[in-house]
Amino acid sequence: MFLVPDFKGHDFFPHGTMLPFMKYKNLCVGLSIVMMLLSLGIIMVKGFNYGVDFKGGSLIEVRAKSGSADISAMREQLDALGVGEVQIQSFGSDADVLIRVEQQPGEEEAQQDAANKVLSTLGDKYEQRRIEVVGPAVSSELRTTGLIAVLASIAAIVLYVWFRFEWQFSAGVVIGLFHDVLVTAGIFSLFQLAFDLSIVAALLTILGYSVNDSVVVADRIRENLRKYKKMPLTELLNLSINETLSRTILTGVTTIAVLLALFFLGGDVIQNFTFAMLFGVLIGTYSSIFISAPLIDYLGIKRDWSDEPAKAGAGGAAVRP
Amino acid sequence: MLHFERWKIFAIVGTIFVGFLFALPNFVSKETLASWPSWLPKRQMPLGLDLQGGAHLLLALDEKELKTDWLNNLREDARKTLRDAKIGFSGIGVAGDAVQVRLVKPEDTDRAITELKKLVQPIGNPLLGTSGSDSEIEKGAEPGLVLMRPTSFGIQERLSHAAAASIETINRRVNAMGTAESTVVQQGRDRVLVQYPGLSDTKQLKELIGKTAKLSFHAVHPSISVEEAKASRPPMGYRIYDADEKEEGYQSAYVLAETPVVQGDDLVDAQPGFDHQTNAPIISFRFNQSGARKFGNFSKNHVGEPFAIVLDDKVISAPVIREAILGGSGQISGNFTVESANNLAIQLRSGALPAKLTIVEERTVGPSLGADSIESGKLAGIVGLVATVFLTVYAYGTFGVYAVIGLFVHAVLILALMSMIGTTLTLPGIAGFVLTIAMAVDANVLIYERIREELRAGRTAIAAIENGFQRAFVTIIDSQLTTLAAAVIMFWLGSGPIRGFAVTLTLGILTSVFAAVTVTRLLVAMWLKNAKGKGRAITVPI
Repeated sequence: MFLVPDFKGHDFFPHGTMLPFMKYKNLCVGLSIVMMLLSLGIIMVKGFNYGVDFKGGSLIEVRAKSGSADISAMREQLDALGVGEVQIQSFGSDADVLIRVEQQPGEEEAQQDAANKVLSTLGDKYEQRRIEVVGPAVSSELRTTGLIAVLASIAAIVLYVWFRFEWQFSAGVVIGLFHDVLVTAGIFSLFQLAFDLSIVAALLTILGYSVNDSVVVADRIRENLRKYKKMPLTELLNLSINETLSRTILTGVTTIAVLLALFFLGGDVIQNFTFAMLFGVLIGTYSSIFISAPLIDYLGIKRDWSDEPAKAGAGGAAVRP
Repeated sequence: MLHFERWKIFAIVGTIFVGFLFALPNFVSKETLASWPSWLPKRQMPLGLDLQGGAHLLLALDEKELKTDWLNNLREDARKTLRDAKIGFSGIGVAGDAVQVRLVKPEDTDRAITELKKLVQPIGNPLLGTSGSDSEIEKGAEPGLVLMRPTSFGIQERLSHAAAASIETINRRVNAMGTAESTVVQQGRDRVLVQYPGLSDTKQLKELIGKTAKLSFHAVHPSISVEEAKASRPPMGYRIYDADEKEEGYQSAYVLAETPVVQGDDLVDAQPGFDHQTNAPIISFRFNQSGARKFGNFSKNHVGEPFAIVLDDKVISAPVIREAILGGSGQISGNFTVESANNLAIQLRSGALPAKLTIVEERTVGPSLGADSIESGKLAGIVGLVATVFLTVYAYGTFGVYAVIGLFVHAVLILALMSMIGTTLTLPGIAGFVLTIAMAVDANVLIYERIREELRAGRTAIAAIENGFQRAFVTIIDSQLTTLAAAVIMFWLGSGPIRGFAVTLTLGILTSVFAAVTVTRLLVAMWLKNAKGKGRAITVPI
């Protein structure tokens, strides 16, 4: 292992900076509130473009066996079938087509019938790449569990942060998390991107990443609270953000690099998923700096931990596990 | 934090070595694997259906049908019980979700209830200490009316029994299609999940499992025609059955005895074949002994009369008995194609399903898409890894190299764990894996940034490194545990793609902490020991 010669890395990030993040806290929090309200409004007006997982119906991906797919001919044929709204879009290459058939009225069997009709209409010219048919029972279950999963994750995270830190941190984190989920969901609504199970997984991961970021900052705030007992809180919060900034940026850049690789090379099937992640990582980083920390400032924090050594353990401050 | 006892070093190196052994089978072909000595681990990580292609069908038992069946049986049992006990009743039938009995004499009510109670089955779970019964008996609104109503507990019990029973049948049917490694498992209370790797055309599969395939042979009423039966009412013990498909020379419906002569349970074999004369597809079958005897007796007494073969409540053929059939074998001709005869033979051999199963979810991935997904997953993984390695080494120099070694250990261990547990690798799983790489780097970034900070604060190299690991450790644990919480919830609540992602994420968090905190720390500690030995002032290559 000592074959590796010593060479220094590039500490390219300027240190000792004091970017005045907290100076803009009112602006940022205000902006975030506007973004959240805007997202909520968009979701309420436009709704989600739910995928088959949540809406039921069928998704069929086919590839033309030779040449490119004739989408307009396909549209004519499938519209004549009388299976309700059929969305047809080119997917990846010219030969690949994604067909979405809306949920059929009636029981589970009606969904299968509709998918079969589409497949037999397309005939031998196309190769079946993927078929997903979800009936009304399963789609409603997936909707419920998806929502519960997101809420339960937020609850678990908040409990953990509350247990490890003061409640002010927890409040900051939870509002940051809601912000991240809401704004990401808003983007999906705005551009009408397909919202399916994998997007829920992406949202949950964004939660994990965002809280990860917030915890790193919170950890530093806690440490500095002990180190600089007399420093005004706003200044201390600003210092903590600045001190952890190099880490925030470096980790963010690495994660985004990896996600970009997935986005461009990982195939069309997971493209929506990686898009949600990419956006979420950006928004999650933003929220831990511009929402969670300012909230702690607004809420204020008890500064006399060290005077009560008996309680220090409960606050998780001085005692190392 | 930088002192490692000897046994700890052995433990770490040992873990990595074992990890390598378990991860290795994933990089060689199945043939090479077979030639390996037996003591080496050989388990490869199974690929999910989205990667290798295949069909995923989620089936639900028809609760309504099961309930109706049960109520009908209950009605027959109640009829028999009351008759045996010589309690007079003027009517018995299924009303809503209960069997309703109207007694001739209202004063018999208590006696009837006592008798009917004998039909009630206790159900309970001795482990949980719960107890109950599958149905309840109560007095009706009017005197002389007795109701027998299945409890929801009883229905649930029946459903889950039926689901368990259908698994075996489905397994036999699916296995008859080929030798693929298909799996059939119960999911939840009343659902069955069928997974068939490598299958992209699900038509036959759906046909095979979409039918109950309850076969029975019935006597045809000798005199009453369907029209007469429809006009009045079928005579006691008889019912009108529709024909499956109307063919020339056949009726569209038949009046048949409700109690069959022989049922599908009595079949020992069924094979598709062709009729010698017409060359039409047929199914030849063989009865077991009791079936052969029953059918033999029946055919002996009914020569010259028609009998009906009923499949799932539909008459599929109604031939005339030309002579007594005593050998216990025969053939069914119907409106078959070669394909449908073949399917029906499989279904008859496999036995009937307890109730109809409906497809509530289907996910089928063709082999070409699966292969494409693997390719793009690999490519994205490699590019992501290269980018990460470059960024880490560029930012942290020699220590960055150590972090990269930690990263590779992380990758190896996650592969090893997934192969050991036998978790299937799915496309979201690959995404999860790629993501854990970024998270593993985060742990190192936290440590190294801290070391730099300590150095800037004027600490010595040793103290800075020591502090860096120590201080960052708490933050790493805090931040990873919160992500772990999200991952565990995803696994717990999620299904399908979410689950695959959650598993990789969970395992990845564990291995990334081990890699960053233990492996990298060991490497840095060894570097430090070596640097100290040189006797010069130590400059940290970071």
